[in-house]
Amino acid sequence: MMKNNETLILAVIVFFSLVTYFLVEPFAHKVLHKHVDSKDFVYDGTDDIAQVQNTITKLESDKTDQEKIQKDEEKETLRQKNILESIVSAKSKLEMKKTFFADLKRISSLKGNATKGKDLYVSCTGCHYDGAEAMGGVFPPTLKNAGLIYDKNYLIGIIKDPAIISNVDHKFDEMVLHPMDSVKYMVSTDEDIANVVAYILETAPKAESLTPKIAYENACGRCHALKYENWTQLGTKPIFKHKKDELAYDIKVLEYEDAIKVYMGKLPPDLSMYTRSRSQDFLRTFIENPQNHLAGTAMPRTGVTADTAEKVLEHLKDAGDTKRHEREEIAIYVMIYIVIFAIFAFLWKKQVWRDLH
Amino acid sequence: MANFKKATSIKDWLNQRLAIEKVEKVMGSEYWIPKNINFLWAMGMVLVITFAMLLVSGIFLLMYYQPNVDLAFDSVNYTIMREVDFGWLWRHVHGVAASVVFLIIYIHMFTGIYYGSYKKGREMIWISGMLLFVAFSAEAFSGYMLPWGQMSYWAGMVITNLFAGGSLHADGFVEWIRGDYVPAQAFLGRFFMLHVLLIPLAITGLIGLHFAALRIPHVNNQDGEEIDFDAESKKYLAGDKAGSKVMRFANDFMSKDMMVVGVYLVFFFYLVFFNYSFAMDPVNFDPADGLKTPAHIYPEWYFLWSYEILRPFSVDLGLILFAFAQVIFVLLPFLDRSPNAIAANRRGPMFMIWFWLMLSNMIVLTAMGKLPPEGIYSSIGFVSAIVFVAQWLALPFITSFEKKV
Repeated sequence: MMKNNETLILAVIVFFSLVTYFLVEPFAHKVLHKHVDSKDFVYDGTDDIAQVQNTITKLESDKTDQEKIQKDEEKETLRQKNILESIVSAKSKLEMKKTFFADLKRISSLKGNATKGKDLYVSCTGCHYDGAEAMGGVFPPTLKNAGLIYDKNYLIGIIKDPAIISNVDHKFDEMVLHPMDSVKYMVSTDEDIANVVAYILETAPKAESLTPKIAYENACGRCHALKYENWTQLGTKPIFKHKKDELAYDIKVLEYEDAIKVYMGKLPPDLSMYTRSRSQDFLRTFIENPQNHLAGTAMPRTGVTADTAEKVLEHLKDAGDTKRHEREEIAIYVMIYIVIFAIFAFLWKKQVWRDLH
Repeated sequence: MANFKKATSIKDWLNQRLAIEKVEKVMGSEYWIPKNINFLWAMGMVLVITFAMLLVSGIFLLMYYQPNVDLAFDSVNYTIMREVDFGWLWRHVHGVAASVVFLIIYIHMFTGIYYGSYKKGREMIWISGMLLFVAFSAEAFSGYMLPWGQMSYWAGMVITNLFAGGSLHADGFVEWIRGDYVPAQAFLGRFFMLHVLLIPLAITGLIGLHFAALRIPHVNNQDGEEIDFDAESKKYLAGDKAGSKVMRFANDFMSKDMMVVGVYLVFFFYLVFFNYSFAMDPVNFDPADGLKTPAHIYPEWYFLWSYEILRPFSVDLGLILFAFAQVIFVLLPFLDRSPNAIAANRRGPMFMIWFWLMLSNMIVLTAMGKLPPEGIYSSIGFVSAIVFVAQWLALPFITSFEKKV
């Protein structure tokens, strides 16, 4: 009679199951999803410059790529000409970005004067006020929490050149300007920029006042609805007494969404279930720089601080993984219960089998 | 007509009408199980428990799920996950059980192959088991449609497209299955019906058949020993419990079943609470969108091996080999020509290699089925698929040469 070697059998089963699990889960995900390193929410242009450099490298290799070379001489000449033009424009973009981030570094080192900044800040409130009119596609946010949720470099950058710091300069040119482009002329010297930013930072509310909800609403909520939290791009949807009023509100939301669609090319998705449809790592690096994951996307970099980003992720969990605290709490009790069941089952087996051997 | 006497007790009253004592003996105390078995023989009970959890959690989910393309996604992700008390728990139990049930089915299947439990009168156990595998696959697929996420929609699109039969271009047949040109309301309604009624009915019936098929040949044992159940059970009933080669199903074997179930449930609830995402693909948490194809479309892990047999070949050949992979396991009792019904490792080197290669190769196919079909993964998948088919074609030959051990 064969020896009853249950430990070995269990080891074989556990081994094959774990190998399968490793291959279809961690390993497959590593292959399927591009890994992006976080830059810890430091907006110093490392990503932006590397991105343009990669484009140039890619174009250079395209020039001599055997697979892409056209047999037809005329077509090939045209292809080479197009590549050369693209390289020239990419190189000028590279210089522009290098200069921009060098300027940004210089301004960042200046000690701004908040009192002087206050006077200039008035020119911001011309557009940024509660209930502001939409510009381009989205309405300008109030700057009440700006000093709290945005990174200092980003605040400097958005005044210096909104399109470049948002890393969406590919969407704009001399003919199509960023909706906030005019700020460049209103606050233009290094000192002025440093002063306004100093004012915004100095008047920022206390860090404790930043809830996940406020972080989401400021950083994402003007483009992305969050219907499981009853959030539309116009704000939290009120409860209406009359159907007519509700329909009127819905129409306002639809009109607003249509305007964003024109501005962005498509309606930014509702983020209700994003905490489950995307990994936390993906969301974090996506918020940091959307171009990392979705090259050419119309979505601007939001320029939030690392802390704000974590708050945003927390709010997404509130929407899409609402019962996580309950789950964690109950897990312990269920596990204890099941372990006790297993112990009793084991003792019962021992007792029954005593007579069988 | 039967002669009914005045009952002396409730038990007697029931006994006269339902023969409960006899039923208890047939199903439990005098249902004889060999003693020389290991914990792998408890997988049947583990499957029963898992199926029961699927059924119970499914009933609770059914109370709130809305089989409507506009409501389905929110009824699952909002109503059940947020609004209903413990809805999230039922959903995670259902989702994890649907995945884990296949792990146990595969262990159960390979146990059967390893110990030759499909031979010598046990052919119907194997065949009914494989029919259950098909029914569970259909149940899993139809259930996967219901949350109406991106993977539901696109898996539904891809799998129903298979019915066009490649070069046959039976597009009308595909539309007939979908009830529309693309997966839409008619499609969701049909798969909802299949998932909550027709297939569970079929599964319940097949479980009955699977159990019934076990009665006459009895359950196999790990030594492939032919046991005289009549003589051994008499010995047991005469009081020689230790000397008999058999034991009662209840409570003797059931106590061991329950011990294994206990360990299994610890593992199962660990997954439910701490590691559930392997069973619920992230892509399916994006609502279905017919205008946006996901970057990667792949089935759940338990279908990956057969998906990978479809993928590396031209459309027609792929479909033929895919169909081959679906039915070939059913024919195992007739393809294995060996006189031996014992553990694979004791049947000589040929079958021993066949068994372990089959198991390992199916894991390789599973891994490649999820990876993008490019470069090295594509080549490995291609070779693995050919090895799979070759192994089945070779089986009748290598087993004919096997000597009686």
